[in-house]
Amino acid sequence: MNWLDTIIQGVLLGGLYALFAAGLSLVFGIMRLVNLAHGDLIVLAAFLILALVTALGLNPFLATLVAIPIMFGLGWILQSQLLNRTLGPDILPPLLVTFGLSIVIQNALLEGFSADSRRITVGPLESATFALGPINIGVMPLLTFLSSVAVIIGLNQLFYRTSLGRAFRATSDDRVTAGLMGVRPDRIFATATGIAMVVVTIAALYLGTRANFDPTIGPARLIYAFEAVIIGGLGSLWGTLAGGVIIGVAQTLGAAVNPEWQILSGHIAFLAVLLFKPRGLFPRSAE
Amino acid sequence: MALLETRALTASYGDFQALFGVDMTLDVGETVAVVGANGAGKTTLMRSIAGVLRNGSDQIRFDNEPIGTLPAPEVVARGIAMVPEGRKLFPSLSVEENLLIGRYGRAVEGPWSLDAIYDLFPVLKDRRNSPGTALSGGQQQMVAIGRALMSNPRVLLCDEISLGLAPIVIRDIYAIFPRIRASGASIVIVEQDIGQALRVADRLYCLMEGRVTLEGPPAALSREAIHAAYFGASRS
Repeated sequence: MNWLDTIIQGVLLGGLYALFAAGLSLVFGIMRLVNLAHGDLIVLAAFLILALVTALGLNPFLATLVAIPIMFGLGWILQSQLLNRTLGPDILPPLLVTFGLSIVIQNALLEGFSADSRRITVGPLESATFALGPINIGVMPLLTFLSSVAVIIGLNQLFYRTSLGRAFRATSDDRVTAGLMGVRPDRIFATATGIAMVVVTIAALYLGTRANFDPTIGPARLIYAFEAVIIGGLGSLWGTLAGGVIIGVAQTLGAAVNPEWQILSGHIAFLAVLLFKPRGLFPRSAE
Repeated sequence: MALLETRALTASYGDFQALFGVDMTLDVGETVAVVGANGAGKTTLMRSIAGVLRNGSDQIRFDNEPIGTLPAPEVVARGIAMVPEGRKLFPSLSVEENLLIGRYGRAVEGPWSLDAIYDLFPVLKDRRNSPGTALSGGQQQMVAIGRALMSNPRVLLCDEISLGLAPIVIRDIYAIFPRIRASGASIVIVEQDIGQALRVADRLYCLMEGRVTLEGPPAALSREAIHAAYFGASRS
């Protein structure tokens, strides 16, 4: 067994988990909303890309570019018409509503696309690899990881270099005072969810090309996303990437020892981090 | 004609009524002080005007238009900016970002820009990249005032800006008010500390238990009258 190879595959897989988690982290960081339908929204985006590929004969990457504005708009409407109404001092309504939304999305996808397991094919790229010394690296896993790094860099730039990012942080700090500055919290939240859906769409491309998916797999993706966010520390985007990588490496290491241990070892790594660093590896502030 | 006017303004928090028909006017270029004891309704009055609390549409008029039901972002867009009680700087933002968010989403014309604020408070330029909350109380208050000025307001509402500050710091902060007036802004100053407010104000309103108990130019009001209106001595 080649440990280095196993670890590198795990790091690349971690990029996928970081993509699952980045949107969740963004939304939670800005409006303290835990979106339990996040995993199902990833699956929804995967079906949207698949539909664009089959109906219009588009290349999957091109289809993703088409899906991104659609998903942004969906996120905007979802937040401004539904989720904004659930936000308040009580944390239960958003949990209940997004839990219900998760069920609605799963059943709508079941109606629309059946329970068959599907896949987005990218042709020869799927199995393309190149040798890096003794290790073979898959082109798609590498693209996944590079995309996750690009997404994290992009979100950090947006957060810390733009006027919109200032408004995100100010609204997260103090919604009422942000309103006094001319910031409209409901629009800020809608924009944030729209951006989260852009990340979700990118995650969906790599989810759908990596393995088969069907309408029921969303909640499991949500678990990985949660674990990555919490390992990294709430509010830290780079921490989220680190969290994704830790789960990815733990899973491939576990699978290398015994294929049955793949999922379990990811969860154990999460529990271990929680045991020793309950606030995650890179908590943003001492709240 | 008044630039800003409240007419029989009432405001409540749930079952608790905080304002009982407050009439107040602010003319162009004027500085008005609103004084009163803790719980008199001063902050409620400011929050009502700024749009944090919703009121009857016609209870607050600005530029002869009703603004009582407008939310805060629309009120500030029309030209009423507030320095909130307790400063309320954004901890996640640097000093400069705190100032910049004061004009979020708008291109505003006027005398106040980042450079003008740094000219008014030179110490902030040296600390521009520090987190807003790492500053001393007086410097934080400068940021809060600068942040409100960045929107180039026609009316500046200052809620308890001397709260928790040392007397020498309060004097420094009040020393900049002539420059703010000279920029053309009309000002409402809310204070518990009557002394400072009387020195800069053209007119004074005294609030007690949600009602105006006294009003007039400081020179025309005796210490005894203000004392009575402030503490309610004459009513007992």
